[in-house]
Amino acid sequence: MIPLVDIRQLTRSFGGAAVLDGIDLTTAPGEFVALLGRSGSGKTTLLRILAGLDTAPAEKLQLTTRRSVVFQEPRLLPWKSVIDNVALGLRHPDARTLATQALDEVGLSHRLDAWPLTLSGGEAQRSALARALVREPELLLLDEPFASLDALTRLRMHELVLALWRKHRPAVLLVTHDVWEAVALADRILVLDQGHFIREINVDIDRPRRRDDRRTGRIEAALLEDLGVLPTQD
Amino acid sequence: MSRAIEGPARAGRLAQFASRLASPVALLVIWQIASMTGLLSPRILAGPGDIVATASRLIASGELINGLIVSFLRVLAGFSIALVAGIVLALISGLSRFGEAVIDPPVQMLKAMPFLGLLPLFILWFGIGEMPKIGLVAFGAIFPIYLTLYGGIRGIDRKLIEAGQTMDLGTTSIIRHIIIPGALPSLLVGVRYGLSVAWLSLVVGEQINASSGIGYTISYARDFMQTDVIVVCLLVYAILGLLTDGLVRMIEAYALRWRPEVFG
Ligand SMILES: Nc1ncnc2c1ncn2[C@@H]1O[C@H](COP(=O)(O)OP(=O)(O)OP(=O)(O)O)[C@@H](O)[C@H]1O
Ligand SMILES: [Mg+2]
Repeated sequence: MIPLVDIRQLTRSFGGAAVLDGIDLTTAPGEFVALLGRSGSGKTTLLRILAGLDTAPAEKLQLTTRRSVVFQEPRLLPWKSVIDNVALGLRHPDARTLATQALDEVGLSHRLDAWPLTLSGGEAQRSALARALVREPELLLLDEPFASLDALTRLRMHELVLALWRKHRPAVLLVTHDVWEAVALADRILVLDQGHFIREINVDIDRPRRRDDRRTGRIEAALLEDLGVLPTQD
Repeated sequence: MSRAIEGPARAGRLAQFASRLASPVALLVIWQIASMTGLLSPRILAGPGDIVATASRLIASGELINGLIVSFLRVLAGFSIALVAGIVLALISGLSRFGEAVIDPPVQMLKAMPFLGLLPLFILWFGIGEMPKIGLVAFGAIFPIYLTLYGGIRGIDRKLIEAGQTMDLGTTSIIRHIIIPGALPSLLVGVRYGLSVAWLSLVVGEQINASSGIGYTISYARDFMQTDVIVVCLLVYAILGLLTDGLVRMIEAYALRWRPEVFG
């Protein structure tokens, strides 16, 4: 099986300081990877390289070009209706039908013709998700896509992402601050610190995962320690 | 709930409108009285009644309409030149660093010139026909159009362009779907401002060596001290300016309909 991402010894520096310092990363098709790390640890930097928005020296840097991105902000074009945003750039004779289906999947079939600036935060992020998925990516890059949403909406988005992932089976790389988000969603969790992955955890727990499960609790505690946040005892 | 607020609010706005109207009406009345009593000589300024009569006479004779059409066509020609040239120049310097280095410095330098003072040169270069008038209109209007579009392009959110790149949009698609619509709001501000400059340039350009148009009517009336004709012509300029501005506002309302409405 050819990996979608095959990176060896990737280094990215800004003004002499290496933010990524010899990173190795491989991602198999259909795999759900979560990337954790403190603020400023270089998560977005890595994701931008994976997205082809930035480049950096590496021994090996092999990336699929069938990839799409959802950023922390929706980044919809405000002057195009939701459906036109999703259909933009699709090279397909039935682009609008595909866009309609994609918006239906994220539960926005009633907002097809809405202007993006009139959407709620959750609706806008769901549109961005539809815009990413309609391209049928092999690799879906998510940079803290739910960070600005309220807790309840965020939980709904987790379910939605899992459902869409099961249906379309892209490999996912989810950048997040939220330890529970990583534990709830990912097959594999990586922690980035000081330019290196300081931990890699395979999460072999059936979904849906419960927060009161002892196994998820242990993983959460270990991750919080890596991030320099002591787990609260109760 | 909104209805309960709307009633008094509308009445309040009406009262406000009436109170704003009161002093202009009073001024008109004083002006008319001063003219009728001979306090204000028609050589200085004709009275409102005379002006209305003159307006209907000029309209009936067709003189005003003809002049208006000639003047309007001059603005149309000059402004179209400014619009096309301003947009092309702004696109070049907005979209490429090289274009910026070549185009922006001279434009910024020319902008500092008091362009109405160029009229004598324009007359020397272009004679006294249509060319110097159209040229002056174009020259005046090009700067606001260029500057606002250029600024709009430079101010586009880089994040949107990046999003376009991740959607595999090519350069032309990014320009067409992201940069141009993103710069449109500022361009439209420039168009409105450019139009007002265009009318101003025309008023100045037409006063000199015109053989037709509203400006010609004005200079003719000046020679015979017909202040009523002059005032009518000035009013026509004002109305034309307001009409073209209203047209751009309508275009604006349509083109920027994606902006959420802000009530109140
Ligand atoms: N274009 C750039 N120029 C200079 N420094 C940069 C640039 N991009 C990122 N950096 C620096 O690299 C470091 C990592 O930034 P990055 O955005 O990848 O962090 P992050 O892990 O995504 O943080 P957060 O969780 O806050 O989003 C930061 O110190 C940042 O200041
Ligand atoms: Mg980041």
